[in-house]
Amino acid sequence: MNVDAIRNGLVIDHIHAGGGMQIYRMLGLDALDCSVALIRNVPSRKMGRKDIIKIDADMEIDLDVLGYVSPNITVNRIRNGERVEKKHIGLPARLTDILICRNPRCITTTEQGIRHIFRLVDAEKRIYRCLYCDAKAPD
Amino acid sequence: MRHLIDVMDLSVGEIEELIALATDIQAHPEDYREVCRYRKLATLFFEPSTRTRLSFEAAMLDLGGSTLGFSEASSSSASKGESVSDTVAVVGGYADIIAMRHPQEGAPLVAAMRSSVPVINAGDGGHNHPTQTLTDLFTVYRKKGGFSGLTVGLCGDLKFGRTVHSLIAAMSRYAGVRFVLISPVELRLPDYVREQYLDATGVAYSEVTSLDAAIGSLDILYMTRVQRERFFSEEEYLRLRDCYILTPEKLREARADLSVLHPLPRVNEIATAVDDDPRACYFEQARLGKFIRMALIMKLLGVSK
Ligand SMILES: [Zn+2]
Repeated sequence: MNVDAIRNGLVIDHIHAGGGMQIYRMLGLDALDCSVALIRNVPSRKMGRKDIIKIDADMEIDLDVLGYVSPNITVNRIRNGERVEKKHIGLPARLTDILICRNPRCITTTEQGIRHIFRLVDAEKRIYRCLYCDAKAPD
Repeated sequence: MRHLIDVMDLSVGEIEELIALATDIQAHPEDYREVCRYRKLATLFFEPSTRTRLSFEAAMLDLGGSTLGFSEASSSSASKGESVSDTVAVVGGYADIIAMRHPQEGAPLVAAMRSSVPVINAGDGGHNHPTQTLTDLFTVYRKKGGFSGLTVGLCGDLKFGRTVHSLIAAMSRYAGVRFVLISPVELRLPDYVREQYLDATGVAYSEVTSLDAAIGSLDILYMTRVQRERFFSEEEYLRLRDCYILTPEKLREARADLSVLHPLPRVNEIATAVDDDPRACYFEQARLGKFIRMALIMKLLGVSK
């Protein structure tokens, strides 16, 4: 895979340095059959250093995961070697089935078929709380 | 369809409406004796709380409705492992409104997401207990005629006391309210409550460790229980406990128009000798709880007299 040139796929750019691996895991990219490149510590004028992920497949990903890990990310969609879409990802207002509540008294620990939802309560400090029990999201 | 899961789901205006309705119900109970005729309240109590359950049942009966339900998990299908969602899906077919008590935090919200009828959170573990807070607010209103400008002392366990957190949240919305937080250092108000409801809104407050020093400045004194199990050692508990017990001696320093509230049950944090003092309002507070629950049931069912 040529990491510079993708014909059809996604380039997840402006990940804060060190955040790439976390996104790689949370998106389950290790399970993909296509080529995936995680490029770490790329020099960046804006950010000093950043991580980039390139996925050689035109697929849908959970943008909330990206926003949660690193809120200034951009996602570029490439088709036939051209960028057809560029999305700036902000901090998501809600995280659904991304994190699991660690409060042992929370109803999510026993209720079957429940969606794990966290809501953003403080954008500045990036604090999420469980929708059900208000426990702080695990770090 | 509306539910009541957290007291902050209600706007200031809605709380005023509920208080006005509860006041009218108390003054003219005969006008409301039939308003919920043929309606049923299900009290789903997955853990026992006799006081809260009876208050809800009395409220519905005084509105002309009827009640059904269970008072502990072992007498319900929950003991067979049925989920909260499934329970309310079934009960919604029998009842017009549900009051749910559950030991797990967030269970009433799960119920509300699934329910075809309004759900009232009657207490979910150490999390929320909105009808207690409505009761507290109604009592303060009845005693003081409003909320603005009051100095409210909160005494005892401010760390784990959910009723304290909800009362602070609800009262911080009124102009000029001032809080005096009276607790041992070990049981101070958690940072997230202070940041969210006091620091963020610029409400005036002070933190003190002595009830004696603070009592003279208060319009309202809200007492809570200091529990033995919250302390590292028995000595520490014994040393601190007495500082947070309200006695006739301590009340001597208080103003004549102070109102003493307590969510009950009380253990020893208010000496029984205080009960005869006209400033002791906690039994009246429990009585008022029925009227505000009546108003809430009417609001959620959308009925009027
Ligand atoms: Zn939770």
